[in-house]
Amino acid sequence: MKSPLAALFVREFAIARRIGGGGSMGVVFLLVLVTIVPFAIGPDLNLLRRIGPAILWIAALLAMLLGLDRLFQADFEDGSLDQLQLGATPLEFVVFVKCLAHWATTALPLVVAAPLFGVLMAQEAASMLGIGVSLLVGTPALTFIGAVGAAATVSLRRGGLLMALLVLPLCVPALIFGVSAATAASGGTIPFATPLAILAALTLASGALCPFAAAALLRRLGE
Amino acid sequence: MEAVDFALSDGQALILSGPNGAGKSTLLRAIAGLLPLAAGRLTLDDDSEEIAASLHYIGHAEGMKPALTVRENLDFWSSFLSRESAAAALAPQDALTAFGLAHVIDIPAGYLSAGQKRRIALARLLVAPRPIWLLDEPTTALDVRAQAALAAVMARHRAGGGIVLAATHSPVGLENAGELKLGTVA
Amino acid sequence: MLRFANPSFVLRFAARAIPIFGALAALLLAVGLYLVFFVAPADYQQGETVRIMYIHVPAAWLGMFAYMVMASAALGTLVWRHPVADAAQKSAAPLGAMFTFVCLVTGSLWGKPMWGTYWVWDARLTSMLVLLLIYLALIALWNTIEEPQRAAKAAAVMTLVGLVNIPIIKFSVDWWNTLHQPASVFKTSGPAIYGSMLWPLLIMAVGATFLFLALHLMSIRNEILRRRLDRLTRLAASANDMPRTARFEAAQ
Repeated sequence: MKSPLAALFVREFAIARRIGGGGSMGVVFLLVLVTIVPFAIGPDLNLLRRIGPAILWIAALLAMLLGLDRLFQADFEDGSLDQLQLGATPLEFVVFVKCLAHWATTALPLVVAAPLFGVLMAQEAASMLGIGVSLLVGTPALTFIGAVGAAATVSLRRGGLLMALLVLPLCVPALIFGVSAATAASGGTIPFATPLAILAALTLASGALCPFAAAALLRRLGE
Repeated sequence: MEAVDFALSDGQALILSGPNGAGKSTLLRAIAGLLPLAAGRLTLDDDSEEIAASLHYIGHAEGMKPALTVRENLDFWSSFLSRESAAAALAPQDALTAFGLAHVIDIPAGYLSAGQKRRIALARLLVAPRPIWLLDEPTTALDVRAQAALAAVMARHRAGGGIVLAATHSPVGLENAGELKLGTVA
Repeated sequence: MLRFANPSFVLRFAARAIPIFGALAALLLAVGLYLVFFVAPADYQQGETVRIMYIHVPAAWLGMFAYMVMASAALGTLVWRHPVADAAQKSAAPLGAMFTFVCLVTGSLWGKPMWGTYWVWDARLTSMLVLLLIYLALIALWNTIEEPQRAAKAAAVMTLVGLVNIPIIKFSVDWWNTLHQPASVFKTSGPAIYGSMLWPLLIMAVGATFLFLALHLMSIRNEILRRRLDRLTRLAASANDMPRTARFEAAQ
């Protein structure tokens, strides 16, 4: 028999794959955002090359918020959340594993796609690599922080917008260090490793703390 | 919420009755640990384990994912809710047979009717054995035959030393069960 | 034409037409590729890279052709409400997206030696990119709405809105492009096409069209079968009140 958490990961993964949407829709949204920016600021390749990493990071951040409000909502509506609290596994671990599965199904496709879309922003190979690595290291932090927002708005029918309002300000540090790491990859005054190390620290810290906050919010639902 | 006090031992059953809004569901959820108790406490005689991990709660929602097949749903809950120390769990196939639903095992849960979904939620009782069953209106959407199947399953559970606590308006087929009337004071 | 409203007829037609269309596509594309690589001359300005055009242009053409097919099917959905029109509509979207994507990739590869970078926001390519986005959004719509009839109606309306919008998008993108990039841009108005280039191009285009038709029919067939399977699954799920003994015998 599978361990409870492995079974949970497999289940979350299977649901995401079967329902579709989530991951592929996020990638399409990313492409839409990357496409419309030049319509607003003009197709000047030198300008786009300079701001490309920032645009891709913002686009990835917004694309990640898309499905995040559903992280616990489906489980809340169909009664699974009750059952998940009856297991011998602490809810904090359940939240952590759900975040991992959500990251693997929605953020990982973005991590792969964003550097490729860098082509549209005239990014060099080194810069694309920097964007990919910084997103790989930084997006888990966005998922963990987003999980707290998702838990806070789980019982609201139109919680998506509110969740974005709650979560976006909290994502500022990850955005700052993510973009500076991505920019540093293609030359600049600061070394690539410095902002990346801070970004990794943000991911580890949010992974350690956010599940507790989210689980506490979920437990309080019934009161 | 009024004060209640009761004790149940192996093989016993208790029916919570009372008008709508009397707090039957609230009491069950509080026992399950899904709601905090305003005052008082719940204890198991052998303090070996946490109370939440030794009970099943069947509420109004089924906790089944429409995109997954019935087997995948039950397999997951079996893995997630089973305890090391528990008696051998039934395979999903056998648990479904007990409720006359073996033929839907490979069909996505989203295709099933309300009554079928209800029975699959009840099959969860069998794939992850736990001694205490908390059932909130378990006969909702069940036809006569399914109700008989549920009664048989509950009788077998009690014969094996299990405890059943059911909140209901209608008879659920529990023999020799105590009854706790809620909301009669008002 | 009315017979095409009957799913069983469409299945029979597909069984006969798919091999023919497939064979025609294979033959024409083989001949076309031979001409492209061994007969057609290299361009005096662009050299060998001009051969990308023989893939790029048919792909662009089919990317737009697929939209016309999808829009006609959308009319069929809205006016006659027929499931075969739904299936034709649903099947055209991924194919159109694929051809548009091929057009973008080849355009980008063609652009590298021309512009020195894989992508410039050239008006034509950018319009094709917007077309790809429309396709992808429609595919997402199909995937999100579970009930097929409702999905078909929503997709049909969106397709027709897109149809009206595409010329406007094209015009706006042209305007945006000339606004930002005056004369210095590479203009694809290009050299006149000679016969030695035109014939391979036409053969490739017709071959690609047959490829589209074969794939479209295969996809429509899959969609019809998928709906039947769905219906059967529902039937199987609701057949629960068979007595247990009867079920046992049925299983023997």
